[in-house]
Amino acid sequence: MSAVTDTPPPAYRRARRRWAAPALFLLPAALLFVAFLAIPICYALYLSFRGMRMAGGGPFGVRQETWVGLDNYAAVFTDPELLAGLGRLAIYGAIAVPLTLGLALTFALLLDLPRVRGARFSRTAIFIPYAVPGVVATLLWGFLYLPSTSPAGWILERVGLGGIDVLHGPMIFPSVANIAIWGGVGFNMIILYTSLRGIPVDVYEAARLDGASEWDIAYRIKIPLVAPALTLTGLFALIGTLQVYGEPTTLRPMTSAISQTWVPLMLIYRDAFTRDNLSLAAASSVVLALGTLVVSVILLRVTQKRSFGES
Amino acid sequence: MSTVTTPRPVGTRRLVGERPGPASRRGAVLPTVVLFLGALYCLVPVAWVLVASTKSSSELFSTFTFLPGTGLLENLRDLFAYGDGQYVQWALNSVLFAGVGAVACTVVSTMAGYALAKYDFPGRQVAFYAILGGVLLPGITLAIPQYLLMSKVGLAGTYWSVLLPCLISPFGIFLARVYAMSAVPTETMEAARIDGANDARVFVSVALPMMVPGMVTIFLLQFVGIWNNFLLPFIMLSDERMYPLTVGLYTLLSKGSGTPSLYTLAIIGSAVAIIPLVAMMLVLQRYWRLDLISGGLKG
Repeated sequence: MSAVTDTPPPAYRRARRRWAAPALFLLPAALLFVAFLAIPICYALYLSFRGMRMAGGGPFGVRQETWVGLDNYAAVFTDPELLAGLGRLAIYGAIAVPLTLGLALTFALLLDLPRVRGARFSRTAIFIPYAVPGVVATLLWGFLYLPSTSPAGWILERVGLGGIDVLHGPMIFPSVANIAIWGGVGFNMIILYTSLRGIPVDVYEAARLDGASEWDIAYRIKIPLVAPALTLTGLFALIGTLQVYGEPTTLRPMTSAISQTWVPLMLIYRDAFTRDNLSLAAASSVVLALGTLVVSVILLRVTQKRSFGES
Repeated sequence: MSTVTTPRPVGTRRLVGERPGPASRRGAVLPTVVLFLGALYCLVPVAWVLVASTKSSSELFSTFTFLPGTGLLENLRDLFAYGDGQYVQWALNSVLFAGVGAVACTVVSTMAGYALAKYDFPGRQVAFYAILGGVLLPGITLAIPQYLLMSKVGLAGTYWSVLLPCLISPFGIFLARVYAMSAVPTETMEAARIDGANDARVFVSVALPMMVPGMVTIFLLQFVGIWNNFLLPFIMLSDERMYPLTVGLYTLLSKGSGTPSLYTLAIIGSAVAIIPLVAMMLVLQRYWRLDLISGGLKG
């Protein structure tokens, strides 16, 4: 009897302690999350509804900050520069994302084949660009693009043909996209390759014995099995595309084809720091962040339905 | 194609199964070649910068691109002399931001991920969704509000303004949670508790050792992420001596559009900047548990 009455208090105390311990473990992360994610988000939202207005009117009116409702958002959605920037971003993304993922998947599948020579070397070599910062990668490619330092330009000149200028005109899109592809293929390849290695061999050993070609095995067995990894890499490629900034900014000194507002983040930077229009920059940031969130949730929904619905 | 769709007599199938020896070795030529082409594509720019860093500024625009020049030592001297040794300062700043930032971020992420994976407490679901939202949010869009808040509290332009935002990585927490779920058995934790260990002790002496491979992965991802970061330090810092390598090299290049001698500096600066990171990557490659990332979506 006494044993029964004795038990509740310790159990209750343990329950409380088990609440306190995770809270303490989470505390640093929670504080940082609030300070550097939650508060900046709220502040950006707040700023996006504020703006400078003339008070008093006439030539002696004073500009002061007040609530302006959705004016900034109206300005964002009717800003031809932002729309043009989004258009350029779409072209850039349409080149960079499928090629990065396609090449990464191709390389991963090839690495996973039996009897491939020098697989270790190729894998390491393809992964190396991941260690090269985007700014440095842009520098390297920029010089390879510049007609005066490019090897292709040098050869073409000796042969008597004029160099091809990949830094001007519509070629600027594949040129910038190539830098992102170069930097991204290796990392995505390793993620896909490690998840291919995670598939138990007997899953496709049977198919191999049945005479299925490696192509069939890849297409019908391996790719469906790495679909979750493919979704994840696709998601990161997409988020990375929407926040592209460093590459075009670094390439700007080398080409006149990249304007100061070439992609949305560059426009946001200019609005905030060159034009001092923080409210407009905040509204564009909110739109860009929400857009990314919506696109990634849609992507997750669609692919999860496809890849998990089948299994 | 037809091997799968058309049914074959058993005998033929066996024959196909026996042949792979020489046939698939021959068949592996194409994959090998494609992979070598991929490797070539990835190595050419790196090889180029290493070759170009040996050229003097007059050789850079006149000799064949892949022909080594004679100016390596002079370029190195110029690089380290630029702006009273600013390059070394940039490199040290990068090491500071990436090193300290990645270590601290790994500790914060590991603790949080462990708590989310191994404890049941009210609000756990909310915390998890907050982190998932953080993973999907493009962190860089926060840089401007972060800058404004930093300047409100007087931290903009200091080392803290770059370091502190790097300490929180929702993706790091996410990975730590995935890893803690798979690598730390609840039974072992319970056994330690019965032996009288409190929560802190269970974490430090039972869970932490089991989570080391996951922590190494988070550390490396975060290290490379901070090392490669451009926009955050670009926005936060105004003093050139506090720049990390990425922003420093960018300023060299953007000043260099008028003066070719700065081009040579930007090239040798890039070459010197990528050598340590590539070396680190090659050495630590096998400690990476990138399968964590691909396994993460299922968890």
